[in-house]
Amino acid sequence: MATVTAVRRRLNPRGAGFWTYAALVAVLLGSLFPIYWSLVVASHDNDAIASVPPVLTPGGHLFENIARVFDTTPFGLAMLNSVLVSGSVTISVVFFSTLAGFAFAKLRFRGRNVLLLVAIATTTVPQQLGIIPLYILMAEFGWTGKIQAVIVPGLVTAFGVFLMTQYLSSAIPDELLEAGRIDGCSTLRLFWHVVLPAARPAAAVLGLFTFMHAWNDFFWPLVVLTPENPTVQFALSSLASGYTTDYALVLTGTVLAIVPIVAVFAALGRQIIGGIMSGAIKG
Amino acid sequence: MTSLRSGPRRRWAYQLDVKGSPYLYIAPFFLLFGLLGMFPLLYTAYVSLTDWNLLDSNREWVGLANYAELLADDYFWNALFNTVSIWLLSTVPQLLAALFIAHMLNRRLRARTLFRMGVLLPNVTSIVAVTIIFAQLFGRDFGMVNWALDLVGLDPIDWQAGTLSSHVAISMIVIWRWTGYNALIYLAAMQTIPEGLYEAARLDGASQFTQFRKITVPMLRPTIIFTAVVSTIGGFQIIAEPLLFQAGTGNPTGGSDRQFQTVGLYLYEQGFSMYEFGYASAIAWSLCLIIVVVALVNFAITRRIRSS
Repeated sequence: MATVTAVRRRLNPRGAGFWTYAALVAVLLGSLFPIYWSLVVASHDNDAIASVPPVLTPGGHLFENIARVFDTTPFGLAMLNSVLVSGSVTISVVFFSTLAGFAFAKLRFRGRNVLLLVAIATTTVPQQLGIIPLYILMAEFGWTGKIQAVIVPGLVTAFGVFLMTQYLSSAIPDELLEAGRIDGCSTLRLFWHVVLPAARPAAAVLGLFTFMHAWNDFFWPLVVLTPENPTVQFALSSLASGYTTDYALVLTGTVLAIVPIVAVFAALGRQIIGGIMSGAIKG
Repeated sequence: MTSLRSGPRRRWAYQLDVKGSPYLYIAPFFLLFGLLGMFPLLYTAYVSLTDWNLLDSNREWVGLANYAELLADDYFWNALFNTVSIWLLSTVPQLLAALFIAHMLNRRLRARTLFRMGVLLPNVTSIVAVTIIFAQLFGRDFGMVNWALDLVGLDPIDWQAGTLSSHVAISMIVIWRWTGYNALIYLAAMQTIPEGLYEAARLDGASQFTQFRKITVPMLRPTIIFTAVVSTIGGFQIIAEPLLFQAGTGNPTGGSDRQFQTVGLYLYEQGFSMYEFGYASAIAWSLCLIIVVVALVNFAITRRIRSS
């Protein structure tokens, strides 16, 4: 047996052996366990939490617990808010990033390089540090506690512009645009009929990441919204901040907050991995 | 009709379209980003020079007084110590583990996509949900970690109460969420390393580990620098994990004794629990400066990884 492995090793030196698989399976289980375990707790009543040894299989109380979450917190409203925020932010970021990316990648205009450099430089600035003036600004607009206070600051990102500029500059041949111009296309029509279709692969990756980021965003909604009109993450944190901790209830909340994202991930994980590995997504 | 369309009016419209429209396309980004991204950042600098409390309409120019106060503030230094400690405890093991996982993922594997998705899964879950789950796992009375410690004959630990123990637990959250992501970044870089280098090393009788140390790591140098700098920028801004790790209160003090309050959390406490906007802004700018300095130091250190 050992010699067979050794021979195979020599023939196929980059192939993974038993220990590699064992280690990777262990990593996989470690990744899955906390999520699985929250599902376990969410499907039991509170008595099960204190049992020794701990229960490790799902129970039958999940739907009852979900009903309790919707009873004790405005979770339905939170879901609606999060869908609204993540949806509008995603559409806006993808559209405006493609528009600006097109201009930076394919059009010539005075100040282009300087403006692009400014946009790229801002991606490295820690955004949380501007949170106090942003709050003051929202208070001036009378938006505190309202959902637009979370949507509007997210409508554009420097990172999106950078990503689309990079992608479009290599994805669209200049000849194609010149041909369009000779045929009398205005710049706007070029954008609509040539650039938007060509941008689709990068737009999909940008959209996925923007959606997940907006869905998971916690700190800014916590600062600017109220517990009566929360996003999912905010509602979840309020749920966990009660003075008596009802673990079954709280972890049912985490399951509800994680499920939509895990579903997106299961369906489109391949593209997400592709996006990260092509160096597209940083931070 | 045709003569009109190709006449001077059309040429003028064409010129306007080509020269002017690009500005129109980048305008939404710059207007929105300028107002809601850049302006707040710069305005933070001004606010940090005032005594500005939300509950008090008197705003006084105080010059650098907030910064002077900050330098003498024990809570700030305590928060800075906690931040550095949690950052070190989370970043170093995380990047090392990511390197090894990437190395394994780089072998010829069955179910490649499954493994890649599996390691990335933690990264797409929300910080709030994950922190709540981990706070429970590290719970004093019914936490699974203490149960496991008990199994191997060790005493249970009150994870939240101690300085080091709470830092370890919070670091575990960061490690769990970010190791897989960094592994994929490393994996992408590993795939660009020419196979010939490994073949030559094997002919010379180099072991797997030697190949890893002498070829893989040096070739990954730029990527390692990149991840180290990004982890610094992220790690120094940690807020949600320590805020939510203190289960049952939602208190921004980071533990009863501030044993795990980070600088970001202290900023939040001053800004949105005491409404001391001036002081909180001074914390924000100091944190920004610290991040820049540490990122540069990091850059300098990781740059010294031997290039073969």
